[in-house]
Amino acid sequence: MKPFAARFGLRTRLVAAFLFVAAVSAATTAALTYREARSAILQQAQDTAVAQFRDRLGTQSVTLPLDAEQLRRVCLGLARAGSAHSWTVFAEYGDLKVSSSDRPTSEVITDELREDTRTATHGSFQRVVRNGEPWLTVGMPALFDQGDGSQPTGLVLYAVMPLSAEEANIAAMLTAARDGALPALLIALVPALLAARSVLRPVRDLRRAAAGIGRGELDTRITVRGSDELADLAWTFNESSTKLQESVDELRRAEQRARRFASDVSHELRTPLAGMLAVTEVLDEDAAELRSDTAAAVRLISAETGKLATLVEDLMEMSRFDARAADLHLDEVDVAETVRKTLQSRRWDDRVGTELAAGVRAALDPRRFDVIVANLVGNALRHGAEPVTVRARSGRTEDGDRLVVEVEDSGPGIDAAVLPHIFDRFYKADAARTRSAGSGLGLAIAQENVRLHGGTVRAANRPEGGAVFTVDLPLGER
Amino acid sequence: MPRVLLIEDDPSVREGVELGLRRRGHDLRAVATGEAGLAALGEFRPDLVLLDLMLPGMNGVQVCRRIRETSQLPVIMLTARGDDFDVVVGLEAGADDYIVKPARTEVIEARIRAVLRRLTAPAGRGGTEAHGELTVDRAGLTVAKSGERLLLAPSELKLLLHLSASPEQVFSRQQLLEYVWEHSYHGDARLVDACVRRLRQKIEDVPGTPRYIQTVRGFGYRFGPVTGAGPGRADKAPLA
Repeated sequence: MKPFAARFGLRTRLVAAFLFVAAVSAATTAALTYREARSAILQQAQDTAVAQFRDRLGTQSVTLPLDAEQLRRVCLGLARAGSAHSWTVFAEYGDLKVSSSDRPTSEVITDELREDTRTATHGSFQRVVRNGEPWLTVGMPALFDQGDGSQPTGLVLYAVMPLSAEEANIAAMLTAARDGALPALLIALVPALLAARSVLRPVRDLRRAAAGIGRGELDTRITVRGSDELADLAWTFNESSTKLQESVDELRRAEQRARRFASDVSHELRTPLAGMLAVTEVLDEDAAELRSDTAAAVRLISAETGKLATLVEDLMEMSRFDARAADLHLDEVDVAETVRKTLQSRRWDDRVGTELAAGVRAALDPRRFDVIVANLVGNALRHGAEPVTVRARSGRTEDGDRLVVEVEDSGPGIDAAVLPHIFDRFYKADAARTRSAGSGLGLAIAQENVRLHGGTVRAANRPEGGAVFTVDLPLGER
Repeated sequence: MPRVLLIEDDPSVREGVELGLRRRGHDLRAVATGEAGLAALGEFRPDLVLLDLMLPGMNGVQVCRRIRETSQLPVIMLTARGDDFDVVVGLEAGADDYIVKPARTEVIEARIRAVLRRLTAPAGRGGTEAHGELTVDRAGLTVAKSGERLLLAPSELKLLLHLSASPEQVFSRQQLLEYVWEHSYHGDARLVDACVRRLRQKIEDVPGTPRYIQTVRGFGYRFGPVTGAGPGRADKAPLA
């Protein structure tokens, strides 16, 4: 599993989206409600206060000019008249300043309000926050009415009242909105998870199925539920899988046919060859008694029959590798002895130098190992140049104990363009070159045999000239 | 020169092998079916049978089993490498050796000679030896168990004589292939394994826990020690 898939998984994203939408809607609703309610409450409070203050003021009779004592009485009278709110009333008359409280002036009343009150005859109000406390301040000029309009008296009265009750109401509303939003969010989780599940289950099915296809289980299909886009996707997936399976089956059948054909052809060739090969000696022996051109023809047939037999045998071997029908018959052998036997049996022991570590035992298929060594050495003798050296040693790597066999020649080395294709079947290193002395499958067969042992073989050029083929095999259990 | 019976259904192989072997002086009789081959055994009295595994009707494996029921006649299978299952089944049925087709006459003849060659008793050993209940007569080339003579195929007899000549010495499969079968190339160890299995069926009391022919894991086979309780030393065999 991917370690961070969970962090930004589809489920997380879906739930997050749901919660986000729910939160935004809850917050927006709460914010709008709060704003409306808050302004409504405050509006009402201040309207009531202003109206009351104006009424009270209207009922107050003052006689001008005023002294401080009188003015204080007016203030107290007005302050007592505050019904819903406890007012503190301040009066300013010229430079005379008194109030209904102990302090003659208020620090809540701003110059702005004073200015407004002087210019507006109907009085004005202002909400002020001082030290985190909300206040409503109302300013009223005392007017007199002499029937022909109002005249300012120069007396200005201010009412100051705390809005803490309203503030508490608003705070309560905010808490209510918040407390309502949280359950809403929690409730939103349920459809979010349900929606996530309804999306995720098909997606999970799809992932499982795709993994199955990837593993080669081409008959994997998804159950199509419902008729939404995900069902469409599942249906499409199934269709594609079917198509893929058909193509792959067709390819496999074609490959099987090709392989079977190659194998059948080799098998069919083998029987007539067995007859022909059995009589080549007869031809060779009697060729001397024939007319020279007949003798040449007979020798040609004999020689080519031998080559053909080798080629067919190699083809059979190759088709067995392709059909994965090649078996490994492991045996514990002494590597140095095995390599020496390979060289001796082909009469190469005097042409090929050896550097074989003594006492190395390996679990390998002796016949196949013989083919590996013989094909590499044969290749070196044919296409490289003597001296050819075979080295064998064991080594310890992180992959466990390995057997390393190197075959070196002293020829011109392998052309860089040829090197990647050196193990290809029937690869002609030189386009102009006719059929090689071998079957053209030697190195390919050597490579397949090495692979069957779970090893690798690679070709390279030595810096000092000449080619080197390196076989690396697991040493096998001791 | 040995008398060879060739049982091969394909005319070209039959004629080719016949021609090649006759040239080398073998007295050869060639037949096309297993049934004809079994019928020819009585009147032709061959020294050896060359037997194709893929026969119409009665196949080579069945023919081989029939021959083994009654005789110690050497049998060499003609087969195609890669027909792995067939090789194993043929060897289990009692074939002494096998030749991969297509093969040159010289190869076929070398195999025939190898199978027919008698093991020369090593110097200093004569008469009969007893190993547990087994009595080996090297001169008479017979093996008896508890006094009863065993019917052994040539390859089985050779293998047993070779192993018992050097008791407690370990031989690798490749060495046995060279000494007993005279395979000059890296032969197929299954030949040895199949022969050991057949031999154990005949000489061991319990083939699953052998007393006489013991497997030395990773090295090969060893004869005995028959009376010793311990597994003995796993010596390295000298190189041939």
